[in-house]
Amino acid sequence: MDITRLLTRYRKLLVAGFIILVLIFLTTFPLYGNDYYVKLLTFILMMTVLAVSWAMFSGTTGYMSLATAAFFGVGIMATAFLEGTLPFPLIIVIGGLLASALAFLIGLVTLRLKGIYFAIFTFGFVMFIGQVAYYIDVHILNNAWGHDLPLANPGTLLYWMLGLTVVTLLIIHFIRRSRYGLALLSIGGNEEAAEHMGINTTMAKVMLFTISAVFMGAAGAIYAPALIHVEARIAFNVFNSFTPILMAIFGGMGQFHGPIIGAVVYGYLDRTLRSELQEYFMVIFGVILVVVILFLPNGITGLIATLRDKLGGVIAKWRKGGQAEEHANT
Amino acid sequence: MRILEGQGVSKYFGGLAAVSDVDFHIDQGEIVGLIGPNGAGKTTLFNLVSAAFPISSGEIRFKGHKLNGLKPHRICKMGVSRTFQETKVFGNMPVIQNVLVGAFFGSPKRISAADAAGEASRALEFAGLSAMAGHLIQDLTLVNQKRVEVARALATRPELLLLDELMAGLNPTEVSEAMELVTKIRDTGITIFMVEHVMKAIMGICERILVLHHGEKIAEGTPKEIATNKTVIEIYLGEETRAGN
Repeated sequence: MDITRLLTRYRKLLVAGFIILVLIFLTTFPLYGNDYYVKLLTFILMMTVLAVSWAMFSGTTGYMSLATAAFFGVGIMATAFLEGTLPFPLIIVIGGLLASALAFLIGLVTLRLKGIYFAIFTFGFVMFIGQVAYYIDVHILNNAWGHDLPLANPGTLLYWMLGLTVVTLLIIHFIRRSRYGLALLSIGGNEEAAEHMGINTTMAKVMLFTISAVFMGAAGAIYAPALIHVEARIAFNVFNSFTPILMAIFGGMGQFHGPIIGAVVYGYLDRTLRSELQEYFMVIFGVILVVVILFLPNGITGLIATLRDKLGGVIAKWRKGGQAEEHANT
Repeated sequence: MRILEGQGVSKYFGGLAAVSDVDFHIDQGEIVGLIGPNGAGKTTLFNLVSAAFPISSGEIRFKGHKLNGLKPHRICKMGVSRTFQETKVFGNMPVIQNVLVGAFFGSPKRISAADAAGEASRALEFAGLSAMAGHLIQDLTLVNQKRVEVARALATRPELLLLDELMAGLNPTEVSEAMELVTKIRDTGITIFMVEHVMKAIMGICERILVLHHGEKIAEGTPKEIATNKTVIEIYLGEETRAGN
């Protein structure tokens, strides 16, 4: 039996089957699983949305955005303010749209900045918006104690997050395969040449930065009830700007599934190890990350590809040897 | 018919006049060479035509349309494409995708994915690189990377092609191959404006040559006229002869 050939021939079918199995598992899990794991899965899905949306823009163009926390936080605050006044699905949409409107404005102003300047501006923006939101919330709207959100059914939140994840992955998969994905990739390859080959690079960057923020905002809006208690300082936690980068690098940015794998591994470790190890968790994850960057520049997916190549070579050699022996026998 | 025309074209970098008050024109179907010593402003003039830099004063027209103030992507869509002196390929893509970018975004009208793919493979074949379509671009030699740039520019379906030192660093065989390619491109109806240092190539295929020195146009004419022009020999060819001795 030729396993490698079978694998390549039925690759699409296998992938489809795997996705269906995962979907079945996720949709049925709240029926029998306990709440802790339902929340864990929701967290992992949220991390997936953040990592994939970040990698769609920053991974391909090379423009390191540190604004994720701002867009995510806008989504959280949207739920904090609108909870109870509007239906939840509408709040999710509003959270996403507010985040993307913000991304559009930031994009127009800053996407002319190259390299480190863009990263620093977006980082400064997170600090800025966090402070402004805190000031408005506490000093103008007198919410000194923050917002307490009603307890939400973990299963329902998982379903919303799953819905968002599916939509996000589908749209981003579609974008990556479309001409806009190619435009982004060429900007990452050589922006000047891209501009000279007929790409309106400024518009492409602003548009796709805006789209990536929709998912981040919506993720925040859905995740807010899981936080139970929301304050501007919690919503705009700067750390949320770095985790998507860690996950994308860890998983490998080159391929679509890289950031997903990174998010699943990181999300799981974060929730399980952090409660036991507290601050040591980041030390351990930091060491893991350094090792990955040093030895696996293309992340976990890069490692898998390398292993497959090596293994394929070994199998081919072994098979050739076998054939030679057969010839010798005849 | 004049496909490209410049009047009083100037570019200042601070106090330095990189290109100063240059008048020039390119007729449809011509191969025109642009020569001059290092720092004469050849690439700057190219950058002004393709709008990599904004022009300081003067006017450039393509088929009668003013190019001043347009963005590079607009100019590409109008039918002016270029290659770069220092290759600027998309290092994160295979060869065919590099060319596909030109096919997708360079044509004036929106084209379908199938048409773009067809255009890209045709351009790649024209440049003689079909066999390398799936290779990573970094694995190609400099010569072939330059050819990919030509294919990428051709895939945008240009009417005017600007070639910036296509032949720098090539060995004699490769130079003749490149000369053949350039003539072949012109024979498909594309007008060519090329910066070149390789005299054999310039003299061999250009119908007309412009000479820049310190940003000013000092001569213009057929290869024969240029080769016998006293000023040119003195400040440009002379230098090289001395360097050769």
